[in-house]
Amino acid sequence: MAAPLDVSPIEATAASEAALAGGGQIEGRSLGQIAWRRLRRDKVAMGGGVVVLLLVLSAVLAPVLTKYFGAPPDQYNPNTVDPSLQIPVGRFGGISLAHPLGVEPSTGRDLFSRILYGAQISLLIATLATLVSVVIGVFFGIMAGYFGGWADALISRTMDIFLAFPLLIFAIALSAVVQQKAFGLTGNALHISVLVFIIGFFNWPYMGRIIRGQTLSLREREYVDAARSLGARPGYVLFRELLPNLIAPIVVYATLLIPTNILFEAALSFLGVGVHPPTPSWGAMLSNAVQYYQVDPEYMLVPGLAIFITVLAFNLLGDGLRDALDPRAR
Amino acid sequence: MKKSRYLALACAGAAVSLGLAACGGSSKTSSGTSSSGASNVSYNAGATAIVNPSSHKGGTLVYLNSGDWDSPDPGNTYYGYSWDFSRLYARTLVTYAAAPGSAGLKVVPDLATSLGQVSNNGLTWTYHLKPNLKLEDGETITSQMVKYAIERTASYSKAGQPAVLPNGPVYWHAFLTDPNYPGAAYDKSPGKMGLAGISTPDASTLVFHLSKPMAEFDNLAAMSQTAPVPPAKDTGTKYELHPLSSGPYMFQSYVPGKSLTLVKNPMWSASSDTVRKQLVDKITVTLNVNAADLDNRLIAGVADIGVEGTGLSPNTEARVLTNPNLKKNTDDVLDGFFRYTAISTKVAPFTNVHCRMAVLYAADHVQMQTAYGGPYAGQLANQVMMPQLAGYQNGYDPYGFAAHPHGDVATAKQQLSLCGKPNGFTTTIAARSNRPAELAGAQALQASLAKIGIKADIYQYPSSNIASVTGTPDFVHKHGLGLMMYGWGPDWPAGFGYLYAIIDGAAITPAGNSNIEELNDPVVNSDMNTVMANNDLNARSQIYATVNQQVMKDAVILPVIYEKALLYRSPQATNVFYSPSMLMYDYSQIGLK
Repeated sequence: MAAPLDVSPIEATAASEAALAGGGQIEGRSLGQIAWRRLRRDKVAMGGGVVVLLLVLSAVLAPVLTKYFGAPPDQYNPNTVDPSLQIPVGRFGGISLAHPLGVEPSTGRDLFSRILYGAQISLLIATLATLVSVVIGVFFGIMAGYFGGWADALISRTMDIFLAFPLLIFAIALSAVVQQKAFGLTGNALHISVLVFIIGFFNWPYMGRIIRGQTLSLREREYVDAARSLGARPGYVLFRELLPNLIAPIVVYATLLIPTNILFEAALSFLGVGVHPPTPSWGAMLSNAVQYYQVDPEYMLVPGLAIFITVLAFNLLGDGLRDALDPRAR
Repeated sequence: MKKSRYLALACAGAAVSLGLAACGGSSKTSSGTSSSGASNVSYNAGATAIVNPSSHKGGTLVYLNSGDWDSPDPGNTYYGYSWDFSRLYARTLVTYAAAPGSAGLKVVPDLATSLGQVSNNGLTWTYHLKPNLKLEDGETITSQMVKYAIERTASYSKAGQPAVLPNGPVYWHAFLTDPNYPGAAYDKSPGKMGLAGISTPDASTLVFHLSKPMAEFDNLAAMSQTAPVPPAKDTGTKYELHPLSSGPYMFQSYVPGKSLTLVKNPMWSASSDTVRKQLVDKITVTLNVNAADLDNRLIAGVADIGVEGTGLSPNTEARVLTNPNLKKNTDDVLDGFFRYTAISTKVAPFTNVHCRMAVLYAADHVQMQTAYGGPYAGQLANQVMMPQLAGYQNGYDPYGFAAHPHGDVATAKQQLSLCGKPNGFTTTIAARSNRPAELAGAQALQASLAKIGIKADIYQYPSSNIASVTGTPDFVHKHGLGLMMYGWGPDWPAGFGYLYAIIDGAAITPAGNSNIEELNDPVVNSDMNTVMANNDLNARSQIYATVNQQVMKDAVILPVIYEKALLYRSPQATNVFYSPSMLMYDYSQIGLK
């Protein structure tokens, strides 16, 4: 009988060589593939992702969808509303085949199309603002984390100042002043730009701090030392060595930043700051619904649920991504 | 479930219940027990009679305001509710009787011993002050104080020498001699008595010298601008923080944007005042209350009256009108306000009359009425004149509103071609941010105009800024406010008091302007001049009717509704009735059970 360890050296080498030749069973996987497999296994996060995808699709396809369901968002439908009492004629806020989500009190405008076009505004502003925050935050975060010293001190104090800024008050004041024309922009382009500027430009420290922390831990890694000892300049280290390794936290926190921005935009348009009527916006619809909630609560439920579901979906997706991309998670 | 989850649930439950408790609000306490006879609280009782008549004293009356005063200084204010409320602390030469029905339209003496004594072919009006009337600081009220009060108003201002106080009616300079008097701030004469249009031969006599006869002068003398102000105590724009009182109540504090509180004035002489009552101990007004919240507080009984007199917001009406317990606390009355859209004659392309007519033809009148609250909130309007004033013409409908209740798009497009803009243009609609009905009306107008290619953006501003936004022609031009949602009530309940400030070219002022469309039509101006020389009421009505028609021809005003208000009164409030001169509840009378 052969001893357990009695494998002839030639066979052992042959087996391992066959494996190394990539012959079938054993394949290396990239970080992205590993993360995707982990994400796929997380049902809740996938659910969130599917909802996000559906939302984005319906927002983009809003003109097409409203052609077949509901009515144009700016169209007044006075026959759906009782003019004396101001509330929709049908039950549940006027839900019917013609108006799948009901109608607005007083004007009779279709809520289904208004929610979809409102989704366009919310997602557009939140995404653009997140983009602005990410670009500024990553740039300054990496600088502060890598260089340390006075650069870090300067950038960190700047972040403190931005975080201390009374953002809501500033937003309200700026929008009241810049109502009609500025920097060559007018109308919705102006209002959206103002909101993107306020939300994105002032929220960058959120991203900045996270990236700075990650950079601080990454710059001690061996590959950074190796690159530096080979004579790499800081620019190369920052953007070719560190940045690719920061993609994971950037993606995760950007995904988690979007729902925060959606809520902020909703809050601002609730207060009357934001896009002007008749452009629909979820926050403005909520604000309008306050005076009717006792006689037509459905008008408050619809935009409220829209905001809730959107924010929840993004949060679940972001959490799932974080779990999937974190190499230390079980 | 794990223990930590139970803990989390408990914390969540506690948080929710704390939140709910915070929403509960505090209930008002009123002192004393209820007295007086049977309660006559029922729907529309206050429209024609006194609800809860009582002489019970004590308690704190709580008013709510969805915005803030333009100014509580009686010489610097232009809101009907402000004039009504100012009767509590500002006595005037003459004033309106406090009575429901047409009796409330009568002018009676107040600081003066009698109505004005006319002489010199209607060019001289004389008033004598009652003796020993005092301000809250003990000073005796003199004729010089009344003269000074008039000198400091917005009526005396011109480009380069703007009045310190920009708000308020601007009739004085149009009717008194010496129209170029620069205003109290620029008056260099001793004691600041430079206005030659008023003489004060002694401390209790006032003689007004008119440049032309004015048959309705007593109505002018009833304005809050004749409330006495001692020249030495005038602090200009700061005077509003504590105007010296001649009435039953005086200021305890005014914190702009937050609250206004009045307490009893010990110097008020009840025997000399046949109009006002001094019943409650304290009157508070909470400012900048969110409009929806305001209605809820009234209905919950946490507050007594909405001071602006514009009634419940149209959407609360649904709740109230379907609940008999709430409906009995309301009165649906023509509140004397005319809601309209002013079309600026100075903002392109509305400089051309056909572009203006396009707006009148395109507007969806029923949709705008619904936006303002539906039939309970207003009666469809088709001319400038109001139904209750002489000069209104039943059936006069120059633009065919009755035949085209949703607008006449075809004719509107024709008018656009006539003014050279067949494909439409862009413009701006101004509306007040704290008036949801007005914002909704602006949106309905925006939707109507979109049908003919006019793209309108909505510019929002708070109602307390009215004098410097729509009331400042420079601001209007600079911001291109071609269309302005507006509301107007008669300055006094007769044709001149209603029309002058909004359509006469002479009424245009650099700030605090009410002729916001800047109409300067020589036909209208000359008619408004001749009407006041006519002592015959019927002849005056004819002239007002002609003016009405000319203004509609000029297409500077898009009539929307004659407003009705569903006023809500607390069942605890006493002596509540609708006054046709105040156009809302008479605040000089109200007490608490």
